[in-house]
Amino acid sequence: MDINDFIQHFVELFDETDPSVFTPETVFHDLDEYSSLMALSIMAMVNVEYDVTLKGNDMSAAVTIEDLYNIVKSKM
Amino acid sequence: MAFLEVRNVRIAGMSAGVPKRIVNNLEQFNDYSKEYDAAEFVEETGVLERRVDNIPTSDLCVPAAIKLMQDIGWDKDEVEAILFVSQNADYILPATACIIQERLGLKKECYAMDISMGCSGWVYGLSTAASLMQNGTIRKALLMCGDGKRRSEYDGPLFGFAGTVTALAYDEGCGSMKFHLGTDGSSYDAIIIPDGGARNQVTPRSFELEEVNGKMIHRMATRMKGMDVFAFGISIVPKSIRKLTERFQLDYQSCDYYVFHQANMKMNDLIMKKLNLPVEKVPSCMYHFGNTSSASIPLTIVTQLGGKCQGHKSFLCCGFGVGLSWGTVAFDTNDLVLSELVEVEEDKETKWV
Repeated sequence: MDINDFIQHFVELFDETDPSVFTPETVFHDLDEYSSLMALSIMAMVNVEYDVTLKGNDMSAAVTIEDLYNIVKSKM
Repeated sequence: MAFLEVRNVRIAGMSAGVPKRIVNNLEQFNDYSKEYDAAEFVEETGVLERRVDNIPTSDLCVPAAIKLMQDIGWDKDEVEAILFVSQNADYILPATACIIQERLGLKKECYAMDISMGCSGWVYGLSTAASLMQNGTIRKALLMCGDGKRRSEYDGPLFGFAGTVTALAYDEGCGSMKFHLGTDGSSYDAIIIPDGGARNQVTPRSFELEEVNGKMIHRMATRMKGMDVFAFGISIVPKSIRKLTERFQLDYQSCDYYVFHQANMKMNDLIMKKLNLPVEKVPSCMYHFGNTSSASIPLTIVTQLGGKCQGHKSFLCCGFGVGLSWGTVAFDTNDLVLSELVEVEEDKETKWV
């Protein structure tokens, strides 16, 4: 599992956000395009790409993309 | 794990009643969410429109039952059991199934019972009805599943109303229905209407709007922890199907149709992908009817498979949701009768208590 690949999967979900915005430190909850519907897309992406099922608490506990990456990694 | 195998009971036919009134989510979103607009909602959930009106569940089921009995040639005196599965019964008491016995003109020698279940309810109702019938003492039964009520716009743009009827007949040698059923009550509040039951009885405060996860709703409306329910659905459905097929040594990829609870499109697309199922074998009706709770599996079959169920067909169906609760069933049909959709208007004349 690689953080750059993880970020790339993120980029592909956000159609209207400049890809350069996405770094390990990005606070994804603050992005204009982020919503509870987008959260479901992220959970679906993680499930498909990493075979990990995230819960609502995981999504709210993660502040940055790297936080979420670490949660996914810990569940693999 | 709760596995069941029930022999000698077949599904003879299915019908569905829905409100005639169509609510289009692109036109009537009513500032539902601060987070996203109507177009995003429709794109992400796959729910364009729903049927909603001032119609309780039983008023959708009764005309659907009359239509179905006509279509399959059943005499009302032959029906010996009614099971009514809903989370919107006519009254707190008596059981709605008792009222339906009279409304359909069924004989008094009739087993009638309500079951309080939601999205998994059709599978649970089917397991209960078929189990009652498997020794042949009850030979014809009607399973009614769905949800409808006096209109509440605060129930949100995901949910629609429907009442479905599944006609079950004792038929020796017709094969078996195979079930896997499960429950996780630790997440009882993942989908909940907080007020109106014995724990929190109705008060004026029950109708005061409050903000829950960015949405303004009152305590008599359904509230849902969407992410937790999503996580539950995408994980439990493939697991339950695999357990059922392993327990009964079935090849799940050989079925003719896979019908899942119509929760939302993203969830169902992911389930289909995880199980590697071809889209043409996975019918869906949520675009036009939304999430219709325990009606969603039979409503999908009635509206999407009309004209496609002649001869022998094999089905694998899974309902999952409020409880949390889930049920998977594998069954075969032979010349399954599917009635045309019954559209129902609000009954403003009958004087009910």
